[in-house]
Amino acid sequence: MDNVIETKQLTKAFGSLKAVDKLDINVKAGEIFGLLGPNGAGKTTTISMLCTILKPTSGSAKVNGFDLVKEANQVRKSIGIVFQDPSIDDRMTGRENLYMHANLYGVPTSEQKERIDRVLKLVELEERANDLMRTYSGGMRRRLELGRGLIHYPRVLFLDEPTVGLDPQTRDHIWTYIRELKEAHDITIVLTTHYMDEADKLCDRIGIMDYGKIISLDAPSKLKETLEGDVVIVKSPKLDVLAFLVTTKLGLTKTRVVDGTLEVTVRQGKSVMPRIMELAIHNDIFIDSILLREPNLEDVFLHYTGRNIRVDSGRELHGFSAIKRRQIK
Amino acid sequence: MTEIRGFYTLWLREVKRYLRDRTRIVSSFVQPLLWLVVFGAGIGAAIGRGLQIPGVDYQQLIFPGIVAQTLLFTSMFMGISVIWDRDFGFLKEILVSPISRFSLFLGKMFGDSTDALIQGVIVFAIAFVLRIHFSLVAFLVCLPLMLLITIGLVSVGLIIASAIGSLESFGAVQSFINLPLFFLSGALFPVVGSNIQWLEIVARFNPLTYGVDALKIVILGMSYAPLQIQPLYVDVAIVGAFDLVMIALGTWMFTRMK
Repeated sequence: MDNVIETKQLTKAFGSLKAVDKLDINVKAGEIFGLLGPNGAGKTTTISMLCTILKPTSGSAKVNGFDLVKEANQVRKSIGIVFQDPSIDDRMTGRENLYMHANLYGVPTSEQKERIDRVLKLVELEERANDLMRTYSGGMRRRLELGRGLIHYPRVLFLDEPTVGLDPQTRDHIWTYIRELKEAHDITIVLTTHYMDEADKLCDRIGIMDYGKIISLDAPSKLKETLEGDVVIVKSPKLDVLAFLVTTKLGLTKTRVVDGTLEVTVRQGKSVMPRIMELAIHNDIFIDSILLREPNLEDVFLHYTGRNIRVDSGRELHGFSAIKRRQIK
Repeated sequence: MTEIRGFYTLWLREVKRYLRDRTRIVSSFVQPLLWLVVFGAGIGAAIGRGLQIPGVDYQQLIFPGIVAQTLLFTSMFMGISVIWDRDFGFLKEILVSPISRFSLFLGKMFGDSTDALIQGVIVFAIAFVLRIHFSLVAFLVCLPLMLLITIGLVSVGLIIASAIGSLESFGAVQSFINLPLFFLSGALFPVVGSNIQWLEIVARFNPLTYGVDALKIVILGMSYAPLQIQPLYVDVAIVGAFDLVMIALGTWMFTRMK
């Protein structure tokens, strides 16, 4: 299969900060490619460069065979973009927004009505098409934006955080749409997300980004395979002591305390569980619950960066150092 | 072809948004009405015959000035649409489209100019109701003239808005610019040919002065001749040149816009 996007040492610097640092990625035709990483990892900057919104500081890239800088206009015509923030005119109706898009992208007048009707049907907004968009819900606006991105038949559709700020049902809905859109229009999709589940469920391949660099790139299942194995999750009132003991007595260093639970990453979860139980009983530590979990992308991210992707939770305490830090408090 | 359709769609959008905004249209009647009825009649009565040309009362005399004032205030205010579009995100949709920045600027500018032109026509309607005299021919000639005046002013508004970017500062800059331009344009009293020299010098640098002069020539006709600054075609040429410079500057500003 051909590569739809190829970047070579693509770099964007803001002052001394390198938001994107010598990026080399290839996106294949027909796949859903995800850029996963915490806020500020450089995902949006990467997409902005690929959409010709930002000029690269150095390096080069081709989108649909067109050079990003020299053939920016061709690139623009061949791609669709759904931004992270809303970009509709809410004082116009859904249909009017679609017509504006069709005109801005030079869709032949004779085809406009048919294409717009089809898109409205695809995103199930036919009945609300003639209402002002300020009366739409967040999910409906998002759906219209997704549909709008397709009107000029782009070969690549960029989605920047497609489901951020939406409720779980709507997110599920949008994922279904994205898959349907891809099938119906035979396009390539590049999306950014900081949701692990989104990347896992939606993407064929994922590039994990951190500090402007791709630190790992593969199919979600492959990425998970590279992990040591299982995660044992323990709930107990004395987590810190238990974590300390697990590290010192059992020699398991991949521990962390998250949201009132202790997570231990190990190769053989089933055999480690009883030993943790034993250790707890010996030291008079009560255990509320203990369970075994298959690795997810969140663990993958942790594995590669040593950090939890949920940067906003503010509780990233890992292993021994975390215990020490707490003791000092 | 793509450029023309892009231009058209942006033009249409500005006009549609304006026509849907009922509050703005209703409120647009208030200000000119106040100026013509309260200021025009009141000052006219207070100053007696001092400012007047034989056969033209003060209300009549400032009517072209109030048309210019409406064009000025509306046009400059229209620049806010750039800031709105940025805040509500629609600007990004336009900026990443393949349409050129020149067409983008022209579409927005002509859309806003059309809105300002409608406001100008509303002032004529008010004047008609107030029985201020103007001929049908004068009104018809004023249509392209008003468009010509508003093009430069809308461009200035768009340029300021794209340079400033925040609603609050835009409002501040507006009031800082609007009133001097208005007072120094000859809209309310003759500035060129007055005995105050500095006033005349400043007014000569005000593009609106020539717009006001042109409107007065067309609307007041022969009775304005003694106060007329220069022939109509010179006024039109100056305003047109100002428009072209502002369009060039505006396009350049839009090209730099991210």
